[in-house]
Amino acid sequence: MSVITLTIDGHLVSGRAGQSVLEVSRDAGIEIPTLCWLEGLSPWGGCRLCVVELKGEQRLFTSCTTVAAEGMHVVTRSARLENYRRMLVELLLAERNHYCAVCVVDGHCELQSMAARLGVDHVRFDYLNPPLPMDISHDLFGLDHNRCILCTRCVRVCDEVEGAHTWDVRGRGTTERVVIDLDRPWKESTSCTRCGKCVQVCPVGALFHKGVTVGEMVKDNSFLMDIIKRRRSAQPFVERRRS
Amino acid sequence: MNRAELDQLRDRARQAKGEQRVRFLVCYSTPCLSSGAPAIRAALEEGIAEEGRKGEVAVVATGCMGPCSRGPRVTVQHRGGQETAYERVTPEMARVLLRRHAADEEGPPEHVLAPDLPYFTRQTRWVLENSGRVDPENIADYIGRDGYAALGRALHEMTPEEVCEAIARSGLRGRGGGGYPTGLKWHLVRKARAERKFVVANGDEGDPGAYMDRTLMESDPHKILEGMAIAGYAVGADKGFIYVRGEYAVAAKRLEKAIRDAERLGLLGARVLDSSFRFRIDLRLGAGAFVCGEETALMNSIMGGRGNPSPRPPYPAQRGLWNQPTLINNVETLGAVAPILRHGPEAFAAIGTAKSKGTKIFALVGEVRTAGLIEVPMGITLREIVEGVGGGMSEGETFKAAQTGGPSGGCIPREHLDTPVDYESLTALGSIMGSGGLIVMGQKSCMVDVAKYFMDFCLDESCGKCIPCRAGTVEMHRILERITSGSAVEGEIERLEELCALAREASLCGLGATAPNPVLATLRYFRDEYHAHIREHRCPAGVCRFTDVPREHLGDRQAAQMQSARSEMEGI
Ligand SMILES: Cc1cc2nc3c(=O)[nH]c(=O)nc-3n(C[C@H](O)[C@H](O)[C@H](O)COP(=O)(O)O)c2cc1C
Ligand code: SF4
Ligand code: SF4
Repeated sequence: MSVITLTIDGHLVSGRAGQSVLEVSRDAGIEIPTLCWLEGLSPWGGCRLCVVELKGEQRLFTSCTTVAAEGMHVVTRSARLENYRRMLVELLLAERNHYCAVCVVDGHCELQSMAARLGVDHVRFDYLNPPLPMDISHDLFGLDHNRCILCTRCVRVCDEVEGAHTWDVRGRGTTERVVIDLDRPWKESTSCTRCGKCVQVCPVGALFHKGVTVGEMVKDNSFLMDIIKRRRSAQPFVERRRS
Repeated sequence: MNRAELDQLRDRARQAKGEQRVRFLVCYSTPCLSSGAPAIRAALEEGIAEEGRKGEVAVVATGCMGPCSRGPRVTVQHRGGQETAYERVTPEMARVLLRRHAADEEGPPEHVLAPDLPYFTRQTRWVLENSGRVDPENIADYIGRDGYAALGRALHEMTPEEVCEAIARSGLRGRGGGGYPTGLKWHLVRKARAERKFVVANGDEGDPGAYMDRTLMESDPHKILEGMAIAGYAVGADKGFIYVRGEYAVAAKRLEKAIRDAERLGLLGARVLDSSFRFRIDLRLGAGAFVCGEETALMNSIMGGRGNPSPRPPYPAQRGLWNQPTLINNVETLGAVAPILRHGPEAFAAIGTAKSKGTKIFALVGEVRTAGLIEVPMGITLREIVEGVGGGMSEGETFKAAQTGGPSGGCIPREHLDTPVDYESLTALGSIMGSGGLIVMGQKSCMVDVAKYFMDFCLDESCGKCIPCRAGTVEMHRILERITSGSAVEGEIERLEELCALAREASLCGLGATAPNPVLATLRYFRDEYHAHIREHRCPAGVCRFTDVPREHLGDRQAAQMQSARSEMEGI
């Protein structure tokens, strides 16, 4: 495996060829804010929080989707980037109905802690307050569209890890919504395996276990990397058997 | 079929045309179709049958002749070469034309379009050379005008590298809006190593008010297929897709027939023109989403997925359809390929400016006398387009601004009318060349309202994948809504500009990144109009109704007026 060297925020760091800028950066202990990205799932590039500046380039790049290259100069922190990141979180908060005080994940929410981390103490944009439904038809899980940030982690984990592809999205723009099967109530889903992976990877209070109340829903997505690692180590055997 | 047989077919087609004494060309492009072309064609055919003139007088349904605002259009050709163009033809008039022209007389002069009309004389037709001249559903017509000759030459006389080089030398740049050098893109895909490669023709055309690509596909479908085949040979692809917007039923139907006809003659398929080159083309219909014109979204859509864009890099030339290198070009770009090889890249490069070569098709619409599809040399000034080709402003209108590039572009005000139309100059003015939409506006257009219109379009068309575009466009639209309805306060312009910067820099794809352009351009040239709206609740163009002005800002009389305006609007 070839090694590459690049500069991130002035530090000389090394990584493996093929790694994304985000991965190299994290390995070097430089944290870049993310919401839609989750280690173990394919990168999506939707929340835009992980944008970085590359020397010699005008536009910004999402570090989760940009492959690190030898000699790259990356800037992950600048006044411009921090301002944009704050605005992105403000827009996420304004888009739907994020009332932390009555939310099941209050205190354990990735959006909430991101807002705190970036210093978002108020929202300057119009709250859009869309009238959105909930789906509590399932006996184990609930879906609250009011809290969803459309990160598609649920879609990806269900498709890539569980292999069920129960989740998808429908509509576009602010009318976009996550859907189950071809937009049915959860309890009527014929593909859902009731594994609950989507609930655990959801960064906000949109997916939750039924029966929890304010602040009680604590998520644990550590299962994801366990599965991925076991899969990776099994890969050579699978391939040998195939050939 | 081999090249000699192609030549024979060409000669036969020309001969057959020569046997007809009078030819009635009826425009069968969408604008004329909807204003009555089928009835005219029927009237002519009936008349020919009744008068027993079959064989001697022919009716040909062609593509767009322009000017589209003066349809239905008919052109009458006599064997000697004389030609008369008629506008606003009715079925009754068609019978009159038939009688007169069959007797070698002229038709009613008040319906004749003068051949020296600037609309005709100021155009330079390369890509549209066959438009309005050939029957798009008849492959022989296309071959009769040297169709597929360029493909024959490429396959039998040039290496793929030479073809790419010829396109590079012509200076052709992407006509889909970005203006990326086409030759360079072809070289990149040619050099990429992979099991398979693909060619995609982008005919999604989502710009409101633009219809260049539709017209090209409707008027001369074979030219696009020939361009795709040449591209396939040049980059080493054996499969092409042409992606047509779902609303373009006529274009799709004609392309489908064209593909079948070309395959039957061996101009597409397993052994193209008797060479070892294999190339097939499939048609794909979009579902009418603007974002599906964006290349990565378009490819997701072709592969059967949701039309969501993906971050670039990787670019399609590196990893496109099914992860293979893919060449994606706009249909107008591909339409220029065969003419370039036929007339030579130097001839194409001789037209235009230093960095923008050749011709560009525009859909000239709005407050001009002669609206329609036009093909003009790059570097022509906006003034020449509006005052020359377009015949000047409509009755009682004076020029205020022209919008190029639709929702991704910007407006160009009066003081820049003499700017040459090329990629760099338009970008420097804060607009873009775009795909060819050109909307001319008079004094009755409110620029804030125009910006709001395009923002409304973008928020509706945002795919929803990334937040700066998904919610950013809605927030920007809200501010514009407040400005035009009178409830905006000081500081809103600044907040609008902040959101513009965010969307521009942080959006995933070009839709979000260019959505602020109409706002930024109007702010740049018409900031005083924004101020008039906010500070004085006054719309200089008289468009905005200010139905939400806070009560304390109004005198009693004004308040009463507002009240009645509001109830009037609610009544609508
Ligand atoms: C939102 C959006 C819409 C687009 N729509 C079109 C379109 O309708 N037709 C088109 O040819 N290119 C469109 N493009 C540009 C394409 O992504 C791509 O650049 C183009 O097809 C490349 O062809 P060219 O190099 O020949 O211009 C669009 C881009 C964006 C960002
Ligand atoms: S439900 Fe949760 S995981 Fe799924 S898209 Fe919404 S926020 Fe993301
Ligand atoms: S910029 Fe808009 S259209 Fe493009 S990916 Fe983002 S949300 Fe979708």
